[in-house]
Amino acid sequence: MIDGFIALYIFMLAAFVGHEVIGRVPSILHTPLMSGSNFVHGIVLVGAMVALGRAETTLELSIGFIGVFLGAGNAVGGYVVTERMLEMFKSSKEKNS
Amino acid sequence: MSEFVSMNTLIETSYFIAAILFIFGLKRMSSPVTARGGIVWAGAGMVVATVVTFLFPGMTNYVLMMIAIGLGGILAWVSGKRVAMTDMPQMIALYNGMGGGAAAAIAAVELFGGVEHGLTFSVLAVLGGMIGAISFSGSMIAFAKLQGLINKSMRFKGQQVVNLLLLLATVLTAGYLVVEQGANDYVILFFVLALVLGITMTLPIGGADMPVVISLYNALTGLAVAFEGFVLQNEAMIIAGTVVGAAGTLLTQLMAKAMNRSLANVLFSGFGVESGEAMEVSGSMKPIEAPDVAVMMAFAEKILIVPGYGMAVAQAQHKVWELTQLLRDRGVDVKFAIHPVAGRMPGHMNVLLAEAGVPYDIIYDQEEINSEFATADVALVIGANDVVNPIARSDPSSPIYGMPILNADYARNVIVIKRGQGAGFSGIENALFFLDQTRMLYGDGQAMASELISEIKAL
Repeated sequence: MIDGFIALYIFMLAAFVGHEVIGRVPSILHTPLMSGSNFVHGIVLVGAMVALGRAETTLELSIGFIGVFLGAGNAVGGYVVTERMLEMFKSSKEKNS
Repeated sequence: MSEFVSMNTLIETSYFIAAILFIFGLKRMSSPVTARGGIVWAGAGMVVATVVTFLFPGMTNYVLMMIAIGLGGILAWVSGKRVAMTDMPQMIALYNGMGGGAAAAIAAVELFGGVEHGLTFSVLAVLGGMIGAISFSGSMIAFAKLQGLINKSMRFKGQQVVNLLLLLATVLTAGYLVVEQGANDYVILFFVLALVLGITMTLPIGGADMPVVISLYNALTGLAVAFEGFVLQNEAMIIAGTVVGAAGTLLTQLMAKAMNRSLANVLFSGFGVESGEAMEVSGSMKPIEAPDVAVMMAFAEKILIVPGYGMAVAQAQHKVWELTQLLRDRGVDVKFAIHPVAGRMPGHMNVLLAEAGVPYDIIYDQEEINSEFATADVALVIGANDVVNPIARSDPSSPIYGMPILNADYARNVIVIKRGQGAGFSGIENALFFLDQTRMLYGDGQAMASELISEIKAL
């Protein structure tokens, strides 16, 4: 059980991590990085799965279904797009050296 | 019982590992050298977390779950693989909106469920639902705008007031839901209000500012995911969501800074609204034909190419690279000058040029290259507009005043390849086009680049 202040501590520390991890990023990586972080919040899929897994009424089932559908789209789409962009960064670097 | 405990331990451990993989993955993505490994790490974390969630105790509806994952996953996979690099920003908006929608859906299930929650839980569920819903509808509008489905920035008098009232109504309904749990009619009203707010907030924002807005919604979705993570007691969601929320906020600020706009300015000013009394541009645009440009370029010593989003839309980057190679073979010093927001967002143009095969060592940032325009024989502006508009330096009443620009107007000759005479993305007249040393080469970017190539070959 995560409650009250423990939750607050997790929140604060994770926020620091997020801020530090990005730190000084060259502007050429802004787009891929935004895409990468977009993929990471695709973890919402996990929550949507739990919500659907516990749903009972038709209304809950429908909303849960939409949630899982959207979450899966976020995770998969975010990954594919980020990977495609970063792949190109690799090839152009290799060409240079 | 012991089996139950060990299952929980397995789930918790997996979430812990996933959180670590996410953080290190993002860290690796912030450097060009390790970036590619970074997304793979984060991807592995996602797979671990998703697979282990199937083992959650007390779950049913597995079939529905698999169908939803399959549908969403395949659709996103196919669209993500197919999308052209030029359209990347709106795809990010689309996927981000889906994440926000998923967070809102979680909140909706919790709120409709009618289970009595503590105060903290209700507040977080409602807050996450609201942010998620705003991020969902807002991102969809951003997608539609960048995709060209909505062309106009819709503004009317008193829009700010309407938005403020909508926000107030949403927050009040949210407050009511926290106090009076199980009021299902109000749950629907609440989500409708939040969705409408996301739409009306985003509609007046101009296309040029959209990347900043998408980045903001990305951070907001992260926050919504974190809040719903608290509600579901899911550590992976809390940590990943918060990290993205913080990283996204920072990224949004960096982007706004690169465009010399404050976030408040982007969100509330309504780009270009107060430009009514902007300086009139005098003079005329002087056209030129491709053969003349070919001669000019072939016998130049130094050429700086300023590519913009228009070049990428015309799919001209391959031809431009071919032209560059041809000129370099003739001994002309050709370099690319990239504005921080060339393309649709910072770094987008680098991705597009990399796709065409342009090596990194002839692509320069604004800071590195700006002093070189004065010694350049030709500045070739292709598909760029606002980022070379000298008005940004001279006219305080212009909405782009103060934005750092590429000093293309300092070059001895300026050639602008452009489809027609219309104004740029921001709708502002470009003073560069009217200068004495500027010539307009009207036509499609790709066709014009091909013509230049054949003309130079024929010399």
